[in-house]
Amino acid sequence: MDVSQYLEIFLDETNEHLQNLNTQILSLEQEPDNMDTINEIFRAAHSLKGMAGTMGYKRMQNLTHDMENVFSEVRNGNITVKASMIDVLFQCLDALEEYNTNIRENADEGTNDNEPLIKELNLILNGETDDGEEDSAEAVEEEVAAPASTGDTGGRKWLEIKLGDSELNVLKEASKQGKNVLGLTVKVQESCILKAARAFLVFKAIEENGEIIMSNPSAQDIEDEKFELDFSLIIVSDASLEQVLTAARSVSEIEDVIGDVMDLDHVSAPVHEAAKEAPAKTEQETKPAETPAPVAAPAAPAAAAKPQTKTKKKADEKKAPANKPVVNRTVRVDIEKLDTLMNLVSELIIAKNSLVSASAVSGTSSTTVNEQIEYLESVTTSLHESVMKVRMVPIESTVSKFPRMVRDLQKTLGKKMELYMSGEETELDRTVVDEIGDPLMHLLRNSADHGLESAELRKERGKPEVGSIFLEAYQDGNNVVIEVRDDGNGIDTEAVRNKAIEKGIITPEQAENMSEKDSIDLLFHAGFSTAKVVSDVSGRGVGLDVVKSKIEALSGEVEVKSKLGEGSSWIIRLPLTLAIIQALMVDIGNEKYAISLGSIQTIEDISPNDVKLVEAKEVIQLRDLVIPLIRLNRILDIESKKDPNDNLVVVVVKKGDKQAGLVVDELIGQQEIVIKSLGKYISKCKIISGATVLGDGEVALILDANTLI
Amino acid sequence: MEELKVVGETTQFIVIKLGDEQYGIDIKYIDNIVRMQHITRVPKVDTYLKGVINLRGEVIPVMSIRIKMGLEPDVETKSTRIIILKLEQHGTIGVIVDEVKEVVTLENDQIEKIAYDSKEEMRSFLCGIGKCDGGLISLLDLNSVVLENA
Repeated sequence: MDVSQYLEIFLDETNEHLQNLNTQILSLEQEPDNMDTINEIFRAAHSLKGMAGTMGYKRMQNLTHDMENVFSEVRNGNITVKASMIDVLFQCLDALEEYNTNIRENADEGTNDNEPLIKELNLILNGETDDGEEDSAEAVEEEVAAPASTGDTGGRKWLEIKLGDSELNVLKEASKQGKNVLGLTVKVQESCILKAARAFLVFKAIEENGEIIMSNPSAQDIEDEKFELDFSLIIVSDASLEQVLTAARSVSEIEDVIGDVMDLDHVSAPVHEAAKEAPAKTEQETKPAETPAPVAAPAAPAAAAKPQTKTKKKADEKKAPANKPVVNRTVRVDIEKLDTLMNLVSELIIAKNSLVSASAVSGTSSTTVNEQIEYLESVTTSLHESVMKVRMVPIESTVSKFPRMVRDLQKTLGKKMELYMSGEETELDRTVVDEIGDPLMHLLRNSADHGLESAELRKERGKPEVGSIFLEAYQDGNNVVIEVRDDGNGIDTEAVRNKAIEKGIITPEQAENMSEKDSIDLLFHAGFSTAKVVSDVSGRGVGLDVVKSKIEALSGEVEVKSKLGEGSSWIIRLPLTLAIIQALMVDIGNEKYAISLGSIQTIEDISPNDVKLVEAKEVIQLRDLVIPLIRLNRILDIESKKDPNDNLVVVVVKKGDKQAGLVVDELIGQQEIVIKSLGKYISKCKIISGATVLGDGEVALILDANTLI
Repeated sequence: MEELKVVGETTQFIVIKLGDEQYGIDIKYIDNIVRMQHITRVPKVDTYLKGVINLRGEVIPVMSIRIKMGLEPDVETKSTRIIILKLEQHGTIGVIVDEVKEVVTLENDQIEKIAYDSKEEMRSFLCGIGKCDGGLISLLDLNSVVLENA
């Protein structure tokens, strides 16, 4: 089976699962008894194993297999979660990460067997379980546990399949029609790598000869490789037992197939549990041909299922998806395709608007035409909105790996610290979210290593022993701000300057005249590092200048605020290059402008008589506050359409503590707009932070209230 | 613009009109030619920057070559076009021209490097003169046309 075409999906999903495992194991550390977490971990580990197996990454599969065993024991309550175990698990995740990286780079998992880890996992297993229970670890893997003893059936495991009423009826019906009801047990060779694929071929071979009524484990589990070395089937066939056996044996890497004609009078009595499970599964096996991918596809509708089973299926279908990974609900799309889609939608809107004006000009505007155009209008608007939203993702996907990282740092640095995150739901364009991870990681490490003091020193200074690092994200006007803050030592500018002199970056004379801010900026100088000891956490002197250039590449900026002894904060401002904001559209002269709703305080209706002059500047008084007035038409060089004696429409905006009143001609309304850059070519105009394409295809400029104040 | 190539090689130019004079723009820089449309003015920028337009969802700056070269301001007519240029240094940018005439292929020996005695301020925008069917085409040096005023 050629699996290379699934490599992308495999890598993406592995990442997702690893991320998920990281998060879950972290929370497991907090609450070791949370069953939901344990189940989630188990599921993720299991999926990883299945995927690695299908792709033929044996080492990865082995490691995950052993991890899964441990989780399974935890789930059964045989092992209690301990700190040492969590550490081992994290190491395993790192090892898996390494495999993943290797695969991404060379399409090969590498040669590291990670035996020490596997040994440790087994130690955990054996340390806690009694001799007999180890088998159960294996058995639990199969969610529908098969009875352990096989002695009396002589390997004829199909006899263990529990039949429900409906299946039994189907079998009896078939037998009445003169068909053979056969039971089969297929044993796969131990050396077989792609068991699921072999099983699939067996299924296919048998389906050519008859119909599979039941299987154990279920078809879904077999497809996911949730079986050891054998599986059993009950089939209805026109062909003889011999024919079916030969067909099944013809599949390579199958050790043996044993089978017999079933005696329907002596099959095990109907068991309700089995009856519930079974019909939903049968439908899966009729069409496994469509789902050889490592991704479990949604259940294909049963094509050949007997009418009797159909009635039950409806109810069962609801149950079935619960077992499947949630990833099925998303589709991965190349971002370029989204760009194309977005542009096409804009084109569509422009075309629609031309249609509107064309029908108005030609004078043929009958009610039906108008109705249809209005309908078209609402469809294109929603289409536009949906496409724009598709590109935005919460930064959560990037920042969720940080708690784990801080936990590790805590151990390596021997400091006590806690990471507090907020605003993970803040949305940014997908490309920016992908890029922002590394710079943030650098900053967090920097805070942990250089910022926070050791526990003893903190105690001396009267601070809580556990240092705090904050990661906060929020939208501020046209920017998304991500702030990394710590309550550590802050930046010692004196030390920074001395270091810079030592490194020959500045001369002592320069240092004397340096402002606080300039000194801090030295930190971003390439090859600068104040750490006295080069640790593997930070202090290689590559961190901060890389951070800065990376952020600037995303056309953002980094700002540092620091107070010696109290901590420092690193503020990253990223423009919403492709972000959607709520904006107030206003008319000034004949032009339309957008003002970000985030910066707007209030909107006031002011009589011209209430405008006072202070130091030859216009101000208004608003609830005991004196607010300067800014006449936008003057700043933007437009002729106002308004009568000077009319009341003024004033949009009050704020920047920090400062406020200002922007005078506009008229308000148009609130609108969700996409921010587009004006490009490098028009960068001189500071008061314009970007442009947006309006619904009618026209471009409106976005005013940056911050620069106006 | 790059060094003009060895003799025998040809370059294609789009011939445009500004007033009565014909200018040539190397076809490899041209992304698109669109009709005149509403240009959204951007305040506080140089006068030759007319504003921005929406080209299939992209916001693209538009400049007036006429104003940049010190000619009379543009008068919009039926034949006015915006030529969308893609330049490495400046990205995508639109320029307004009075009319787009044709595409010509010039042999390199039909192109004469600009002589120094031509008008001082004009020289800086041209990279050569093309001779074609008796007419003369001033070949625009796009990078200096687009370059911001110091």
